[in-house]
Amino acid sequence: MSGPSNQRMSGSDRRVSGPSNRRRRRIPVVAILSAVLLAFVAICALAQELIAPKALEQDIYLGVVGGGVEGHLFGTDQLGRDILQLSLAGARSALAGPLVVAVGSMLIGFFLGTFAGYRGGIVDMLAGRYADLLLALPAVLLAIVVAGLVGRGYWVTVVVLIVLFSPSDVRLVRSAVIEQAPRPYIESARVLGIRPSRIMFRHIAPNIVPIVVANLLLNVAFALVALSSLSYLGLGVPPGAPDWGRQLADGRQLLGDNPLAAVVPGVLIILTATAVNLLGDWLSDLLDRRMVAR
Amino acid sequence: MIIFVLRRAGATLLLLLALSLLVFAMLYLAPGDIARNLLGTRNVTPEALAQIRARYHLDDPFLQQYWRWLTHAVTGDFGTSIRTGRPIGPLMLEKTGITAATAGLAFLLSVLVGIPTGIVTAVRRGRWLDRVLVTVSVIGVSAPGFAVGLLLLYVFALGLGWFPIYGTGEGFFDSLWHLALPAVALALGLGAFVVKLTRAAVIRELDQDYVTFARGRGLSESATLRIVLRNAAIPIVTSLGLMVAYLFGGTVLIEVTFALPGLGSLMEESVLFKDIPVVQALTLAVAFVVSVTAFLVDLSYLLIDPRVRARTVR
Repeated sequence: MSGPSNQRMSGSDRRVSGPSNRRRRRIPVVAILSAVLLAFVAICALAQELIAPKALEQDIYLGVVGGGVEGHLFGTDQLGRDILQLSLAGARSALAGPLVVAVGSMLIGFFLGTFAGYRGGIVDMLAGRYADLLLALPAVLLAIVVAGLVGRGYWVTVVVLIVLFSPSDVRLVRSAVIEQAPRPYIESARVLGIRPSRIMFRHIAPNIVPIVVANLLLNVAFALVALSSLSYLGLGVPPGAPDWGRQLADGRQLLGDNPLAAVVPGVLIILTATAVNLLGDWLSDLLDRRMVAR
Repeated sequence: MIIFVLRRAGATLLLLLALSLLVFAMLYLAPGDIARNLLGTRNVTPEALAQIRARYHLDDPFLQQYWRWLTHAVTGDFGTSIRTGRPIGPLMLEKTGITAATAGLAFLLSVLVGIPTGIVTAVRRGRWLDRVLVTVSVIGVSAPGFAVGLLLLYVFALGLGWFPIYGTGEGFFDSLWHLALPAVALALGLGAFVVKLTRAAVIRELDQDYVTFARGRGLSESATLRIVLRNAAIPIVTSLGLMVAYLFGGTVLIEVTFALPGLGSLMEESVLFKDIPVVQALTLAVAFVVSVTAFLVDLSYLLIDPRVRARTVR
C-alpha cells in the first residue's frame, strides 16, 4: 500500500537486480504462477454470469453457515449468499476499476509529464506544484476523505483515485523525458526542424514505454488495494455488490460463525495484488535489460 | 547552516498554508449542506435553518470563513464536532495516544526487522535467500493491511487465542499485548517496503568503485560494509520520512479492523457522518505531521552527511 513511493523504489531496484545473464532467457516460476492466477481472475471477471450465476442469490432463512455445508463449499454470509460464488464474482470489480485507474492516471501522467519534461516553463512549474501538493498527503487518506465527501459509488471512487494517482505518474514520465531530451537523437531531430509535438510523441515516447508499462502494472496493484480499502470502509461499491473489500467488511462481523467469509476474499486480494506486482517487477526487469541490450 | 534551516522551514510553512487552503476548499465545495446535516432528518423551519447557518458562519464569503478557521486552528481551536457536539481539539487529543502507540510500534517493528533483512538480501544478492526474501517482501508490499489484519485476528486471536480480539488494555504491558496484532498488521507492508529500499540502497553502494578499492586494499568485509552502510543511510532515512505519511493512510483501516478508538476510527466515523469540521482538523493535522517530518528528515542530512553540512556552511 505504499503506493507512489513503492513505485519509485522498484524503479531504482530494477537497475541493480539481475546478477547473471545466463538466466536471462528462462521465465521465472513466480512470473508464470502470477500470470496463471491473473488469467484465472480475468476469466472470472469476464465470464461472471457463467462462472458464478448464483453469486447474488440470497437465502435469508439459511443465514450464515460455516464451510462444508452441502452446496456451499465455503459456507454463506449473513444474507445466505454462497461465499465461493460471491468471491468469484468479486473478480470483476477487482480488475475493472484498478485497470481504469492505472490507465487513466498514466494517460494524464504521460501527456502532462511529457509536456512538462520537454517544454519546461510554466507547464512544468504548475505540474510540479500540483504534484507537490497532492503528494504531501497520503493518497489513501485523501481518497477516503474525498470519496467520503464527494459521494459514494464505485466509479466516483475510480475517478477520485485517477486524480490522486496522477501526480506520481506525472513525475515519473517527466523525469524519464528529461533524461531523453539531451540525447543526440533528439538534438538531431530538432536540428532537422521536426515539430516539437512530433518529437515528443513519435521520438521520445517509444523510449519511455518500458517505464510506463512497468509502472502501469504496479499502479494496478496499488489501485486494487486502494479501491478495496475504500469498499471495505463502505465508500466504494454499493452495499450488496460482489466485491472483495466489501466482503471483508461483512466478514469481519462473521469471524465467529463463518471465518471463511473473511478469509477467502482476504486471501484473494493478497494473492491478486501480489501477482500483479510480481509480474510488474519481472516485466520491468525484462524491458530494462532489453533497453540496455539495444 | 542557519540559512539552510530557515529556508527549509519557510518552504514547509508555505506548503502547509497551501495544504490548509486545499483542505478547506475541498470540504467547502463538498456537495451537501452542512446545516442540513447538522439537523439530521428532523423537519425544520427556514428560520431555524438560517439560525444554524448564522451560528456556524456558513453564509460568510469563502475567504472570510477560511481565515476564521485558520486563525482559530493555529491556536488549537478547531471548532465543534457536529456528530458529538464536543470541541474537536480535546476530542483529537484523547484519541492520539492509541494511534501514536500503534503507529510507533509498527514503525519500530518494521525498521528493526526491515533494515537488517534488507542488508542481508543485498549482501547475498542473487542467492536463494535473497530471492526468497525479496518475493516475500513483494507479498508484504502488496497485501492490504486490513486483509492481513483480519487474517491475523482470525488465526492468532480467535483460533489460537494468543491475543485479545479487541480492546486497548490497561497499563503498559497489557496495552502492548492488545496493540501487538494491529501493529504487526500495519508493520508488514511498511517492513516489506523498508526491505526493498534498504536492499536497493545498499546494492547501489556495493557497486561503487570505492568498495572495489577498499576490498583491493585488503579492508575486511565488515569494515567495508560499515562504510557502505553509512553511504546507504541517506536514501533510507529519506524514505523513512515518507513512511510516516504512509502510516496515516494505513492506520485508518487498521483501527477500523481492530475496533481501536484512535484517530483513524475517528476519521472513518467523521467521513461517513460528513462531520466536516473534524475531517478538516484531522486532515490538517496529518498534513502538519507529514510536512514537519519531511522538514526533520532534511535536517537529519546535516547530521548524516558531512558533504551536505559542508555545502550549507559555505
